[in-house]
Amino acid sequence: MAQVTLRKIVKEYEGGVQAVKGIDLDIADHEFVVLVGPSGCGKSTTLRMIAGLEEITSGDIAIGGALVNDIPPRDRDIAMVFQNYALYPHMTVYDNMAFGLMLRKFDKGEIRRRVENAARILDIGMLLDRKPKALSGGQRQRVAMGRAIVRDPKVFLFDEPLSNLDAKLRVQMRTEIKKVHQTVKTTTVYVTHDQIEAMTLADRVVVMNHGVIEQVGPPQELYHHPATKFVAGFIGSPAMNFIPVRLEQGGAALNLELPGGIVLPVPADRTRRYTPHIGRELLFGLRPEHLTEVRPNDHRENMAVFEAVPEVVEPMGMETLLHFWMEGAEICARIDPATPAEPGRGLPLAADMNQMHLIDPKTDRVL
Amino acid sequence: MAADGTLAAGAPRTAGHGRATTLERFARRRSTIAFMMTLPLILVVAGLVAYPAGYGMYLSTLNRRMTENIGFGNFEILFDSDTFWNVAWQSCIFAITAVVLKALIGFWLAHMLHDIPAKGQRKWRGMLLIPWVIPPALSTLGWWWMFDPSYGSINWLFSVVGGPQIPWLGEPWWARASIIIVNVWYGAPFFMIMYLAALKSVPDQLYEAAAIDGATGLQRLRYVTLPMMANIISITVLFSLIVTFANYDIVRVLTNGGPRDLTHVFASYAFQVGILSGNIPRGAAVSLFMFPILAICAFFVLRGVTRRNKEQM
Ligand SMILES: Nc1ncnc2c1ncn2[C@@H]1O[C@H](COP(=O)(O)OP(=O)(O)OP(=O)(O)O)[C@@H](O)[C@H]1O
Ligand SMILES: [Mg+2]
Repeated sequence: MAQVTLRKIVKEYEGGVQAVKGIDLDIADHEFVVLVGPSGCGKSTTLRMIAGLEEITSGDIAIGGALVNDIPPRDRDIAMVFQNYALYPHMTVYDNMAFGLMLRKFDKGEIRRRVENAARILDIGMLLDRKPKALSGGQRQRVAMGRAIVRDPKVFLFDEPLSNLDAKLRVQMRTEIKKVHQTVKTTTVYVTHDQIEAMTLADRVVVMNHGVIEQVGPPQELYHHPATKFVAGFIGSPAMNFIPVRLEQGGAALNLELPGGIVLPVPADRTRRYTPHIGRELLFGLRPEHLTEVRPNDHRENMAVFEAVPEVVEPMGMETLLHFWMEGAEICARIDPATPAEPGRGLPLAADMNQMHLIDPKTDRVL
Repeated sequence: MAADGTLAAGAPRTAGHGRATTLERFARRRSTIAFMMTLPLILVVAGLVAYPAGYGMYLSTLNRRMTENIGFGNFEILFDSDTFWNVAWQSCIFAITAVVLKALIGFWLAHMLHDIPAKGQRKWRGMLLIPWVIPPALSTLGWWWMFDPSYGSINWLFSVVGGPQIPWLGEPWWARASIIIVNVWYGAPFFMIMYLAALKSVPDQLYEAAAIDGATGLQRLRYVTLPMMANIISITVLFSLIVTFANYDIVRVLTNGGPRDLTHVFASYAFQVGILSGNIPRGAAVSLFMFPILAICAFFVLRGVTRRNKEQM
């Protein structure tokens, strides 16, 4: 029983900066929720309010059904992993992990059993007698996680735990965290600004921007059905292309008129949805992976082909990125590396219109 | 050590005439350079510390008129003198009590300051440092006036609130306490500033981690702050112990050793015996006693510091 509930949480720092502007969030028992968003959007502040390290200006936080607004961190039964690990430098790895249990007056045998169990899960059994100074970044990270695991708390809180690690280790530890969560199943709130981390780890992703929640949902839903322009642009890498278009009636179907005279047909199943917006200037969103080379024998429906002249060609190995400009909008396409492409020479590209998004530029909401 | 080798091996080959002379190689050695660069300091230490210390040892073996060498004669006389043992006893009590009080008060002040937001903190820090920057001979004179039993402000304040009238400098135990009070007043800001720096260097996240781990404020102090500050604390205590043990001006100005030579410490007694009574060799012998006591303290404190340094950081 450890759901976490946030109701109308507001955080205003001294000087009137509103870091969090009234967010509502329900986290289920055993759930792995990732808060993601650009720097300064209030992720850490939200997490620290759940931890009790930061006072809330208004609103309610409940952990496991009990209101914790005025309960100090030590009585909230949570564990937190910090970005720079915050291990006690004067204690051995064992003591670092045992500290919380010792303060809670667990008996020696139980402490030993728990620490050794956590050490086994994290594979740090041979490090127990060392001081943090003698550990590598990845090992410190594991110890920090071990310190959280031994406590067997109601909730794990992670604040960018992997951002001090190098790229390779980060991927490895990401898997490790996922594995640990599958083993212990503790409710987890995880903060990161890395959307790939968010997508790979989360049961549900919370996208934040400027102190508000833009959208909450499982990773696939955010990817396929972003609710706002911000989410559409934030999730996915390289980011979604946005092209200013005009929506026009073309017989029974609808057409998008792109700058440069290109006309793309809108799939028939979207006609109903978009009809109210005919004649408006809108923003057309399409992910680079849905803008590809023209494949022979491609029988998918609603593929629209047009000619583009790439200005930059970036071979990535497993794919090649093309960049071109359309009336000021930079467009990125992902093509098969076998397709010949060079800067300045036009080639036909296929847009998968089934994956298109239309955004109302006035509200920034996806239509 | 590796750099030693590279320097010695790499440099000569480019020297043009094939093989460098031994002298050249010697001059290029890293240890030689290091020695040359610390030479000025070594000279200063030798001239202002080693030479006087050696000369002091030599002096302590002479007779009163400094005409003949009497070996350990001065020390034997001192060992037989009650006054000397009083001085030794008083020095130890004075130094230990004063240092402990300074450390506690400094620690407390540092904590108070640390909790004040940055803007007000500078103002308070500046004010609290004032006792430490006034020349102690002058401030002690001020205290001497305040301690005056009939005209001093302290007893006057006591009389206003109906407290007792205290013979501050006239009664041995009160005189000892007065000396300690003044020394603590003068020295606590030094501890405060050292501890404040140490407190600032403890990352906030350690406290947050401890708070989440379940530590109360007191437990955070015991398990995080104190261990993290252990080195600063022991070095500051050692340093202060040396300075306090060798304190001269406060005793000299406040009580001049009285009443009945009961508040003398080594330094003021050495001055009394050596300069005022004109027995320079015996004065030197008195002052030499500070050395072994402090050396033992320094040995243990510094050993602890080295050990902790190796383990942490
Ligand atoms: N102690 C503070 N006092 C005043 N403003 C603060 C304080 N801490 C954070 N802020 C402000 O609150 C906003 C949100 O900060 P927060 O640390 O939650 O961002 P974040 O989403 O975690 O960003 P990052 O990814 O860079 O860690 C920022 O605009 C920041 O400047
Ligand atoms: Mg943050």
